Amino acid sequence: MEDWVSIGYLLSAILFISGLKKLGHPRTAPFGNQLGAMGMLVAVITTILTMELASEPANWVLIGAGLVIGSLIGYWLAVRVEMTGMPELVAMFNGFGGAASALVALSEIWKYLENAETIPVGLELTVTMVAAGLSALVGWMTLTGSMLAMYKLKGGISVFGKWIKTPTWGPTWLNPVKIILMLAVGVLIYLSICDPTNTNYMWGIIGISCALGIILVLPIGGADMPVVVSLLNSLSGIAAAFTGFIIGNSVLIIAGSLVGASGLILTFIMCKAMNRTLLDVLFKSFGGSGEKVSLTRTKVGSDADEVAMMIDGAQKVIIVPGYGMAVSQCQHQVKEFADLITEKFGTEVKYAIHPVAGRMPGHMNVLLAEASVPYEQLIEMDEINSEFPDCDVAVVIGANDTTNPAARSGEGPLAGMPIIDADMARTVVIIKRSLSVGYAGVDNDLFYMDKTMMLFGDGKAMMSQLNSAIKEI
Amino acid sequence: MTPEILIGNITLFILAIFLGFELITKVPATLHTPLMSGANAISGISIIGALLGANVAYDAQQTAVSGILAFVAVVLAMINVVGGFAVTNRMLNMIAGKKRRGA
Repeated sequence: MEDWVSIGYLLSAILFISGLKKLGHPRTAPFGNQLGAMGMLVAVITTILTMELASEPANWVLIGAGLVIGSLIGYWLAVRVEMTGMPELVAMFNGFGGAASALVALSEIWKYLENAETIPVGLELTVTMVAAGLSALVGWMTLTGSMLAMYKLKGGISVFGKWIKTPTWGPTWLNPVKIILMLAVGVLIYLSICDPTNTNYMWGIIGISCALGIILVLPIGGADMPVVVSLLNSLSGIAAAFTGFIIGNSVLIIAGSLVGASGLILTFIMCKAMNRTLLDVLFKSFGGSGEKVSLTRTKVGSDADEVAMMIDGAQKVIIVPGYGMAVSQCQHQVKEFADLITEKFGTEVKYAIHPVAGRMPGHMNVLLAEASVPYEQLIEMDEINSEFPDCDVAVVIGANDTTNPAARSGEGPLAGMPIIDADMARTVVIIKRSLSVGYAGVDNDLFYMDKTMMLFGDGKAMMSQLNSAIKEI
Repeated sequence: MTPEILIGNITLFILAIFLGFELITKVPATLHTPLMSGANAISGISIIGALLGANVAYDAQQTAVSGILAFVAVVLAMINVVGGFAVTNRMLNMIAGKKRRGA
């Protein structure tokens, strides 16, 4: 490899590092993302230049076609996606990344199989086979795991409001099976070093890895999905690093392990926000796995006029958005509501943002920002919880588990999860389609409190009714 | 591959992992998803391996299958890279763009 190639890769590694660093701070995040994209561009251009300057002609048709097709599909998907569909898309991209790394590894091994003289010997054989095996394990696992995660996130969307059991299945005996399968991959890697031309080992590794991805994600409930996607993201980085070992490429090793490590840290941060440990997420079924609670209690619904009159005179209103707001896309109506009561009644309005409200962290911020809600009004859970006792009305829009007081009791699937203290407000208005349970499958006492007014219906429809009722006052 | 190169690569691997651990410390919840999605786009770096693979496949004419595998890898990696950065950019513009107006 010529020197300038290494320098090109070094430059792109530097861009990746500063990009990731800046992505962690609100002010610099967009620039960080651009730095990352620039790093990728530098790496690709460096590689293409190497090929151009090489003595043999490069296979431009194949390369160009791949680059163009991939870019167009990726761009089209990214531009077209609805804000509610963002988590699924990230999961899908992630799966593709893992698959790409595993395919590169497979392609290298295939080259040896097609051309027996090129099979390396000694140390190189060991390194290649170990790296290829691990890259396959992590890469294929990431693909199947991410695809299942995407399906699970999607499944959650289509059945919202009417909770239907998502395919979540994870008996405890599955945990030792996972470990046995991982060990089996280790054995297969060893066997493939002893007998590199036997393709059965390779197919064995690929098959087991695909199965592992499925059974790793299958027991995990919807509320934990963002954590799993983040973990899979970390894994896809590691897969790229292993692939780097096979082809002896420094930028793959650096960027891959950077993403692997920082992705793991992010996974821990996300777990902490939900008061769960990674081991709990991975090995203890949560959310949707338990029996569905049969609802025995009922609650009489209120109407928009009643709620409007009650809000008239409120000094302070805190809006608690949840996934229901995302599904019905009513963020603009919510903003209108906030503007109306601020103007008409002089009410102070704030938004309480639970770290995992919606189906991905930051979901609510993105939606409310889209509706031009001032950033200063979005208050994170830890800060706003102390304000609920002074708050006249808490308006909960399509949130359930994140406001469930059962989380404080220390029992059941929600135990210990931090929640928004909406029940501390003097009056609680809840806009929700029904009394049904949320993702965790736990009945919510908040709905049945005397001070709670339920507005049953679709978020957008109810907010519009509420807004017109307020205008008429 | 000489032992020196292998050691060099392992050194890179381990140092980069340590760097990655230190890089992310305290991230506000708002940025969890964009950070995940941006990091995910960076993991599409296997595009480099895919490009090299698709090219080598041409040099030795008979290695058709490995070339096709590498070609699929180029497409998938490119979807990951371009889509990942574009979607992250969209998310961040929504968060940060409005913030500037609000401030």
